[in-house]
Amino acid sequence: MQSSVRKGKFDWITIFLFIAIVIIGWINIYSASLTDSADVFFNFDFPHSKQLVFIGLSVILIFFILGVDSKFYERFSSLIYLLAIASLVGLFVFGSTIAGQTAWYVFGSVSIQPSEFVKAATALAMAKYLSDIQTNIKDFKDQLKAFVIIGIPIVLILLQPDPGSALVYFAFIFPMYREGLHFIYLLLGFFAAFLFVITLAFDPPLVIFGVLLIALILFLKNKKKKPNLLKYFVICAACIGFSLSVDFVFDNVFKQHHRDRFNIVLGKEVDIKGVGYNTNQSEIAIGSGGWTGKGWTEGTQTKGNFVPEQHTDYIFSTVGEEWGFVGSFLVVLLFVLLILRILHLAEKQKSTFNRVYGYSVASILFVHFFVNISMVIGLFPTVGIPLPFLSYGGSGLWAFTVLIFIFLRLDSQKHIHG
Amino acid sequence: MRTLLIYALVILTGLVFTARLLYLQVFDNSLKLRSELNAVNKVYDIPQRGFIFDRNGELMVSNQPSYDVMVIPNNVKNLDTLAISNLLNISKEDLKNSLQRARVYSPRLPSVILPQLTKEEYAHIQESMYRFPGFYIQKRALRDYQVDHSANILGFIAEVNQRDIEQNPYYQMGDLIGKTGVEAQYEDVLKGQKGVMYIQKDRFNRDIGPYKEGIYDTLPIQGKDIKLTIDTALQAYGTELMKNKRGGIVAIEPKTGEILALITAPGYDPALLIGRERSKNYTQLYYDSIAKPLYDRGLLAEYPPGSTFKMITGLVALQEDVTDTNESVYCNKGLSYGRGAFMGCHVHSNPVDLHAAVYHSCNAYFGTVYRKIIDKYNSPQEGMDVWEKHLKSFGLGGFLGNDLPIGRPGKVPTSDYYNKIYNYPTYKWYSPATISNSIGQGEIITTPIQLANMTAAIANRGYYITPHILKDIEGDTTKDTLYTRKNFTTIDSAHFDPIIEGMFDVYNKGTAKALQVPGIEICGKTGTAENFTRIDGKRVQLTDHSIFVAFAPKDNPQIAIAVFVENGYWGGRYAGRIAGLMIEKYLHGEITRKDMEDWILSNSLEDEYAKPLSGEPFRINQ
Repeated sequence: MQSSVRKGKFDWITIFLFIAIVIIGWINIYSASLTDSADVFFNFDFPHSKQLVFIGLSVILIFFILGVDSKFYERFSSLIYLLAIASLVGLFVFGSTIAGQTAWYVFGSVSIQPSEFVKAATALAMAKYLSDIQTNIKDFKDQLKAFVIIGIPIVLILLQPDPGSALVYFAFIFPMYREGLHFIYLLLGFFAAFLFVITLAFDPPLVIFGVLLIALILFLKNKKKKPNLLKYFVICAACIGFSLSVDFVFDNVFKQHHRDRFNIVLGKEVDIKGVGYNTNQSEIAIGSGGWTGKGWTEGTQTKGNFVPEQHTDYIFSTVGEEWGFVGSFLVVLLFVLLILRILHLAEKQKSTFNRVYGYSVASILFVHFFVNISMVIGLFPTVGIPLPFLSYGGSGLWAFTVLIFIFLRLDSQKHIHG
Repeated sequence: MRTLLIYALVILTGLVFTARLLYLQVFDNSLKLRSELNAVNKVYDIPQRGFIFDRNGELMVSNQPSYDVMVIPNNVKNLDTLAISNLLNISKEDLKNSLQRARVYSPRLPSVILPQLTKEEYAHIQESMYRFPGFYIQKRALRDYQVDHSANILGFIAEVNQRDIEQNPYYQMGDLIGKTGVEAQYEDVLKGQKGVMYIQKDRFNRDIGPYKEGIYDTLPIQGKDIKLTIDTALQAYGTELMKNKRGGIVAIEPKTGEILALITAPGYDPALLIGRERSKNYTQLYYDSIAKPLYDRGLLAEYPPGSTFKMITGLVALQEDVTDTNESVYCNKGLSYGRGAFMGCHVHSNPVDLHAAVYHSCNAYFGTVYRKIIDKYNSPQEGMDVWEKHLKSFGLGGFLGNDLPIGRPGKVPTSDYYNKIYNYPTYKWYSPATISNSIGQGEIITTPIQLANMTAAIANRGYYITPHILKDIEGDTTKDTLYTRKNFTTIDSAHFDPIIEGMFDVYNKGTAKALQVPGIEICGKTGTAENFTRIDGKRVQLTDHSIFVAFAPKDNPQIAIAVFVENGYWGGRYAGRIAGLMIEKYLHGEITRKDMEDWILSNSLEDEYAKPLSGEPFRINQ
C-alpha cells in the first residue's frame, strides 16, 4: 500500500469548522475572564491563558490521534472502553472532590475530568458492538446489552454526582435508532430525559400533575376511537413511577453534598437572587447585544460579572452580548454545519463501525449544543453542561477534540479499511 | 427516513435558536435597557431638608453640612486596611465589621462606613480619599438647632433602618429620616426629593459621563420649609419655668386650635441627638427611667384631672336642666351620700350656687348635681351614657386626632365599664358609686393636651378646633379642614357664661386669688389630683399633683392653657403660678408678677421626687 493512501485524506471542512469554533471560543473566554483591573494577555492565573495552553496541547493530541492507524481504534475499542470505565471507578478511590463532585484526577496543578473522555470511549464501544455481525439491534437481548454499555458510565457518573454529564449519554439513542432500533425507544429516550430534567428542576407533584393532565387531554381527544384505558393507565403509572424513583434516588440514596451538587448543576442553589437569576442575567446579556453587539471585551454584563459561570457554561452569553445577533447566529450556524457535516460523513462510511461512531460524535455534540444554548437563552432549565470548544476547560476541549479527530481519522481511511 | 430524523432535529434546533436570538437581541428592547442599568451608576444628590420656623417666623431648625465616608464594596480594590483605618481613626476590627455589614446590605449600593465627620476631619480625610477606590465622601445636611428646647415637638432625624427601607424604597442605607415629632409627621414635606444622576461606566468601572446625555437625570427638589404654631419665646419661657419640676404645659389658641406651647419637663437639648455622639446620648436619655426625658408628658401623661374638671360637671348639669344658676347646695364640709358615704370638702362660705361652687371648688355642690344628672334617667346606665356623650364632645376619652405622631386617649368611663366592674346585673350600681367622677377623681383620666383643649372649648363657649402644630408650608397657609372645622360640644353656648364667670372669680374671690395678673382678666380653675405609686409592692400615696387650667382674656380669649406639675401639691401652688406667668408672657411679652416668677424659678421639686426612691419613710403634702 502506498503511504499517501495510508495517510488518507482528511476532511478539511470539519477541520476548518473545528478551528473556527475553537478560535471563537478562545476570543470569548479571553473577554469573559478579564477582570476590570487590567488587560492581561498572558498570565497563568487567568482562564484565557490556560485555555491557550490547552489549545496548544490539543494540537499535539490531534497529531497523535491522526498518526495512529484507524484500525487501531476499532480493534482496541473494547479495551479503551474498559480502561475508561476503570478510570471512572478509580475516581472513587483516587479522585479528588471539587465543588462536591468526585470527578477529577489531580496531578499537581493539572486536573483531568475522565467523564469527558468516557464519551469517546463509549462511542467506540457502541460502534464496535453495533457493527458486530452477531448483533441485531432489533433483538431485545442485544438492545439490553447496548443499554448496558451506556448504562455503566451513566450510573458511575451519576454517583460522582454529575447529572448534567450523565444526561449526555441519552445521545446514544440516535446512533442506535439509525441502526434499526425501534422508534418507540427514541420517544422513550426523549421522554425519560425530559422527565429526568423536569423532576429534578421542579418537584414530583408538579410532574405527576402534568402527566395526568396530558393523559386526560389525550384521552378526551381520542375518546371517539375508544382508547384502551389500560394502556393509558400503564403509561401514566410508568411516567409517575420513573419520576418518583428519580426523586427517591435523589432524596434517599444520595447524601446531602451530592444533592447540593445536583442542585448547583440544576441551578437551584446558584440561584442566589431567586428563581432564574442566572438565566435572567444571561438573557439580559444576550438581549443587550442587539444586531452587532457591544464589541469585543466591551460587554458590560460580562465585565460586571453579572452572569455566574460565564467563562464556562454561560460562555454563549458573552458571544451574544459582545457580538450581537450576527455573532451568536454565526456560532449557531457553525455548530449546525459541524454536526451536519459529521452526519454527512458518517452516512458515507462503508463500515458500520465508522458510521455508528460518526453518528455518536454528531449526537453527543448535538446534545451539548442543544442543552447548553437552550439553557443560556432561557428555553430549558439550568443544566450545567459545557458548550463544546467554547466553554473554558482542558478536559472538555481535549475530549471533544479526541472525539472528532478519531472520527476524522476513521473517515480518512474509510477506503482502505472499509 | 431514519437518516433524516437527526438532520431534521439539528436544523430545527438551529432555526429555533435563531428565532429566539432574533427575539432577544433585536425585538425585545427591555433587556437592552436592563443591561444598561446594570452598568450604569446612580449618583444621588441629596436635597436640603426644609427649615422649621415658629409662628412668628423665628428660625428653630436649620441645616449644617456633614460628611459621611461611604463605601461601595464591589468597587473596593487592593484595600490597605491599615492605612484607611488610620486615616479614619477607627480600629481595624470596626472597619472590617462595617465593610462586612456593607457587603451584606449590598455589594453594589453605597453604605456608610463612618458617619458625620466634623469639618476638620473632612478636610483631612478628603485629601487622601483618592487612594482608596470604592470609598468616597458624601455630603449630607444635618440638623442645626437654633433652640435648646422643644425637642419633644421637633423630634429627631436618624439614619433609616432596614424596615424603613423595606417600607419605602425611596430610602437607602445612610439616608436620614424623621423618627419622631414634627420631623416624622411632616417627613414627606421636609425631606424634598433626591436628585439622581445616571453615570455610564466603562468596563473598568470608570465614569465615562452621563448616561444618554442625562435624559433620565433628575434634579434634587429641596425640602419645604414649614412654620409651626409654636411661639418659641413662650416655649423657651415655659421650659425655663419647668426646670427642676416634672410635668407638662399645653397652651392653645382657642379660636384656631393652634398649639402655642407644648412643654414637657424634663426635656433635653435637641442638639444632643445629632452628630456622632447621638447614639451615646440617645441611649442615656432612653435609659433614664426615672425622669423619662423622652416621654412627652404634655401628650402622653394620663392623670386624673381633679377639680379642673368641675366646669364640665356644671355645664352638663345646666344642659341636662337638673339645676339652674340660682339653686344652692349646703356644704357641710362635704357631702353625705347614701349609707354613710361621705365626700369631704374644705371650709368655705355657705350655701353655694353654681357660680360660687366653681370659685370655691365645692365638692358637695358638684357631687349633688352629678347625682341629679345620672338619676334623671330611668337607669344609671342610661344616665352614664348621656354623661359619657357630653364628655366626649369635649375631646375627652379619645385621641384628639392632632398632627403629632404620639398621643394617648385618656379615659371616660362608660356604663359598660361600670357594669363590668360591679358585675351587673348580679349586683346593681347607682349614681353614688360613680360620684367621684363629678370632681375629676373617679375613673376619668386626661392628658394635659386634652385638658387644654377642654379649656379652649370653654373659652370658645361651646366648640373647639382640633389642636395642631403646623401653621403653614412654605407660606401656604391652607390647612386641612380637620384643623379648621369647629367641633361643637353638646352644651348650648348660653350655659358657658355662668361657668366662665365662676372661673373668673376663681381669681377674684376663690382658690387663685393670690395669682392675679394685673391688667389681664384670667379665667382659671385649680385642680389637685391624688396619686399613688408602688414601693416594694405596697400602694403608697405621694404628694398630690398640682393642676391648673386657664384662659385669657375673659372676652375674646387668646390663650387657653393647662399646666400639670407632678407632686406639686395644690393647684395654685405650682401649676397656677406657672399658668399665670405663661399667660402674661404670651399676652404682654413681659412679666409684672416678678414675685411669682422668682418663686417658681427658685423652687425645685427634686427633693419631692427623691422621696419615694430614698428608701426612707417620708411624709407627703408638706
